[in-house]
Amino acid sequence: TTTTTTTITTTTTTTTTAVLHIQYSTQQKSMCVSVQEGSEDERKHTKLLEAISSLGGRRRMKQTERSEASLQVSEFSVAADGAGEKVELSDLLGTMEKTPGAPNKTKKQLKNLQNRKDTLELPLSKQETEKIQRGVAYKKSSREVSRWESVITQNQKAEQLVFPLRQDPTGHKRMEQVVAGWKARTPLEQEIFSLLHSNSQPIHDPVLTPVEEASIKAMSLEEAKIRRAELQKARALQSYYEAKARRETRSRANCEYHRVQKKAKRRDFLKQFEEMVKTDPDAALEELKRMELSRMQERMTLKHQNSGKWAKAKAIMAKYDHSARKAMQEQLEINKDLTQKLAVPSEDEDEEKNGDEEAGALPDFVNDPEPILDPVNPWMRGKLSKEEPEPEEEEEEEEEENEEEKLLREFERKRKLREDEDDDLVPVPQEEENQSKSLNISSLQNDKVDEDDKDEEEEEEEEEEAEEVVSEFNSLFNRLMKSNTTPAVPDQNEGEELLDEGLVRVQTMEDLEALRKDRTNEANQEASVPATDTPTAPESASEPPNKKKRRRKEIDLKKVLTKQATVVKVPLAPTVLEEEEEEEEVHTEQAAIIKEAFAGDDVISDFLKDKRKQEEAGRPKVVDLTLPGWGEWGGLGLKPSKNKRRKFRKKVAPPPPRQDKKLPAVIISEKRDASVAAHQVSQLPFPFQNPTQFESCVRTPIGQTWNTQTTVRKLTAPRVVTKMGAIIEPMSREDLVPKQKSNEAKRGAAILLEEKRERGKKKGSGGKRALQQKKKKMQKQKKTKE
Amino acid sequence: MKVKVLCRNPDDYVRETTRDIQRVPRNYDPTLHPFEVPREYTRALNATKLERVFAKPFVASLDGHRDGVNCIAKHSKSLSTVLSGACDGEVKLWNLSKRECLRSVQAHEGFVRGICSRFCGSSFFTVGDDKTIKQWKMGPPGYGLKEEPLNTILGKAVFTGIDHHQSEGTFATCGQTVDIWDELRSSPIRSFSWGVDSFSCVRYNPVETELLASCASDRSIILYDMRESTPLKKVIMKLKSNTLCWNPMEAYYFTCSSEDYNLYTYDMRCLDSPVRVHMDHVSAVLDVDYSPTGKEFVSASFDKTIRIFPKDGGHSREVYHTKRMQHVICVKWSADNKYILSGSDEMNIRLWKANASEKLGVLTAREKAALHYNQKLRDKFQHHPQVRRIARHRHLPRGIFRQKRELKEIKEAQTRKEQNVRKHSKPGSVPLVTEREKHVVTVVE
Repeated sequence: TTTTTTTITTTTTTTTTAVLHIQYSTQQKSMCVSVQEGSEDERKHTKLLEAISSLGGRRRMKQTERSEASLQVSEFSVAADGAGEKVELSDLLGTMEKTPGAPNKTKKQLKNLQNRKDTLELPLSKQETEKIQRGVAYKKSSREVSRWESVITQNQKAEQLVFPLRQDPTGHKRMEQVVAGWKARTPLEQEIFSLLHSNSQPIHDPVLTPVEEASIKAMSLEEAKIRRAELQKARALQSYYEAKARRETRSRANCEYHRVQKKAKRRDFLKQFEEMVKTDPDAALEELKRMELSRMQERMTLKHQNSGKWAKAKAIMAKYDHSARKAMQEQLEINKDLTQKLAVPSEDEDEEKNGDEEAGALPDFVNDPEPILDPVNPWMRGKLSKEEPEPEEEEEEEEEENEEEKLLREFERKRKLREDEDDDLVPVPQEEENQSKSLNISSLQNDKVDEDDKDEEEEEEEEEEAEEVVSEFNSLFNRLMKSNTTPAVPDQNEGEELLDEGLVRVQTMEDLEALRKDRTNEANQEASVPATDTPTAPESASEPPNKKKRRRKEIDLKKVLTKQATVVKVPLAPTVLEEEEEEEEVHTEQAAIIKEAFAGDDVISDFLKDKRKQEEAGRPKVVDLTLPGWGEWGGLGLKPSKNKRRKFRKKVAPPPPRQDKKLPAVIISEKRDASVAAHQVSQLPFPFQNPTQFESCVRTPIGQTWNTQTTVRKLTAPRVVTKMGAIIEPMSREDLVPKQKSNEAKRGAAILLEEKRERGKKKGSGGKRALQQKKKKMQKQKKTKE
Repeated sequence: MKVKVLCRNPDDYVRETTRDIQRVPRNYDPTLHPFEVPREYTRALNATKLERVFAKPFVASLDGHRDGVNCIAKHSKSLSTVLSGACDGEVKLWNLSKRECLRSVQAHEGFVRGICSRFCGSSFFTVGDDKTIKQWKMGPPGYGLKEEPLNTILGKAVFTGIDHHQSEGTFATCGQTVDIWDELRSSPIRSFSWGVDSFSCVRYNPVETELLASCASDRSIILYDMRESTPLKKVIMKLKSNTLCWNPMEAYYFTCSSEDYNLYTYDMRCLDSPVRVHMDHVSAVLDVDYSPTGKEFVSASFDKTIRIFPKDGGHSREVYHTKRMQHVICVKWSADNKYILSGSDEMNIRLWKANASEKLGVLTAREKAALHYNQKLRDKFQHHPQVRRIARHRHLPRGIFRQKRELKEIKEAQTRKEQNVRKHSKPGSVPLVTEREKHVVTVVE
């Protein structure tokens, strides 16, 4: 027993897990007691048990009984205590420390957590939380309400509002809409409906698909019309551009070849010339002289001025014929090139084109004698400024050359091909030169003629090329010359015209006038100087006189004012005696200024004049009411008799004396009529901003007497229209939505339109294909012509 | 080729019927029609005179109640049906076109405090002094059946007002708290209280249908959102406001009728000061209702008059009164914008025209055109003194007239005093306070 007690004492100190052991040991013990000893031991044992239980304190042991079968049975065939109990976190943490597998870090963290002593913050008081909630809710709802702002302002501004806001669309309803609101009520109807349903027949057969419906909604008649007009326009434009493109391609094939060839020749020539300069300077000089000569000749003659017979004939044709126009322009170009001393023909194709246009636009300018150019003036230098980046261009040219060679080769090849084709095909003679030819001429003859033509053409070309070469040389020569002359001339005239600085100080009117005289003389001198030195010189010559004129208008008092100026004396008490002299000077100056300023201001006499004028205006006038021809003979040269005139001249009774009759210094307006004033508006009413606005508003009549029926209807439309007997519902959220809906509908329509467009494009592309085929045909025809 | 032919089309000169006026070709050359302004002016003057001559707004009086009419409600679907509750607990249904009582129900013991019809128009709700909310069928009971409510809810305290949601089965009552009820439940789904013990009026916003506003006895107006658990905001004014009404076309404006003889229009997004102060009444304003177009509102006052105010005008455009009409307790503007109903102390409901000189009934096209033209002329020349004098002239009973004059004097004296105080005190110490700012004490969040 002693051993058992010791075990018990040891176990009681341990935790609840030891309880099982105790139970076990006690049972064992009781068994052995019953066997070995008597009732005394039993009593002792119970005491002991009590003592043990008292040791446990609150944790009173519960006698666990196993009354029914359970899953949780311990190995000692006793129901496990606390099996269904909740596991608390503290229990687990306790075991954590013991387990060796747990990392130290987590252990530390847990310890820290346990050691922390700071508490959580108190929650906000109920009042405060509610206040916050209220604030948030209010913001939210006011934001929500603000959605209506646009609708409300729109309604406020609306010319007319029709209530109720949501009205059913007038006009006929479609079948489905009518049917939708109808229900089968009678048994017969219901039967029919059920039958229909069983056969899955559509009840409301939609006439239109949703897409079609959307398109109908989206495309009103007007929109459709607009759309159609747009499409028509687009089609017209397309056809126009196609025709243009066709024309261009036709003409370009010829032009481009010649142009490229010309360019190549020119380049060759230039190269040759440069070589010549290096190798044989004398020859080069001669060449230059020749060029100079050609230029002089050109300037003297009228060769390329489109004044010859050919040019006149072409000029008549030019209106209708594109090629004729071009030829004329080329002529002018040549002329320009030859005559212009400093200008260099541009080398880019685009610039050439521009040059063509310019030549067409400014032929007269070209023929004018060349003005003496000013090196400073960029406007008078022609195209020189463009030529600074030369070396780079040369490099580019080399590259271009290759390209051009390629192009040339291509052209050659094409030509050959064409010629071959020509050989094969029977040509259709249409040109003037070939008119005499009959159809049965042999191909050989044909070739010959062609060759002749070619020869002619070539000759022409050669001529042109020679001229061009000459012009090219001109340009080159000019460049050479320019290199000597170009050093910048010092800016002598800069700043001369900006400010008129001098020693004279202008303070009074007299000074100004004196100054003006001087300046006019100067200006005259300047004007007499020919506009040679600067481009700005003519501007300077022209500007100052203008200014003077203006000044004259402003100031010339003597011409305007015929009256003697009354002198106003301003008493000026000197404040400082020491500086009397200076003061006096100032005073005299001031007096002069004041005198000038108020010169001619005779206020009193003006006032009196005004008054007299008003009095005269107020005086009644004699009214002549004689009608010629009444009661006597009338006609040309006959005047009504004196007697009659006297009879019909009415004198109006004099008005009551003026209110300001006895007040010499006052004018009282007589316009105010007391009887009318009662009907007049004394103050400007609120929405108007000025009296004229209000007056114009009142002056426009709105009645039928002055306006047509429709305008009257528009003008007198009431602000608010209500329908009799209709309940006006308050605005609902649906009133916000429709806009979006309509937008969606529009979008749908747009999509539909796009689809159509795409289809159209496909068609168009098909059309393009057809056009290409057509083009090919045309080309073939052309080839045959050639 | 265009061929020009002389033609005479009878349509141009033959009238359609013998009743029609002769067609006259007109020449609109302005030189032929001189003096357009004076001629139109005389026309305008005549139009205003005629308007005043024809201004007979009183249409009918509906009598039958045995005590003062305490509340009126419009039927939400029928223009001709009107409900009214009296101080003896009786509710009457009226047919306006026949001007007769269709049905009368002893709904409550004591006052019928509030009445409103359901949005579908099939039933109506009443609240009374007996702490009950009752729902009634709009139609009469079957033959031999007693008048019994569809539904009765017993509350804990007296209900002072009721309003129904615009499109849902919920309604709001006010009493000691503002409660939101579901029609199918016997207890409120939400109840708001914010340090106030009694409310006099609660109204749903007809546009933003989840918003509510109520007038409390602590001189405040409180805004609510049905979806939130707390009220939104409240503004405390100098004097208590009796009722309020939301503008049915402009979601954020409401107007409240105050004990200080004025009405105040507020923008609910900015409660710091009212948008407009409407003054003309000479006694406490008891009820207010907006016209369905949202352009005007009508107010009923303890001074025995009804006044119509433009929504953005400081003064009334019209005042209605009759000799027999006593303190007007409730007023409603009919849903077709044509009539005004007023219930007053002396047991009568009166029907007025909203536009005093309007001709009732169907108008011919020419009549209509003439009316429109006259209206336009009056508008055009409204600033001219003679026209204005005639157009603005109204008759007032002597009592009200005297009171008005007295009030005017008081006001003048006050302003004079204020000016004097300002004059004799340190500059800047007596700030200028606008009329709008004067009446608001604080805004509580």
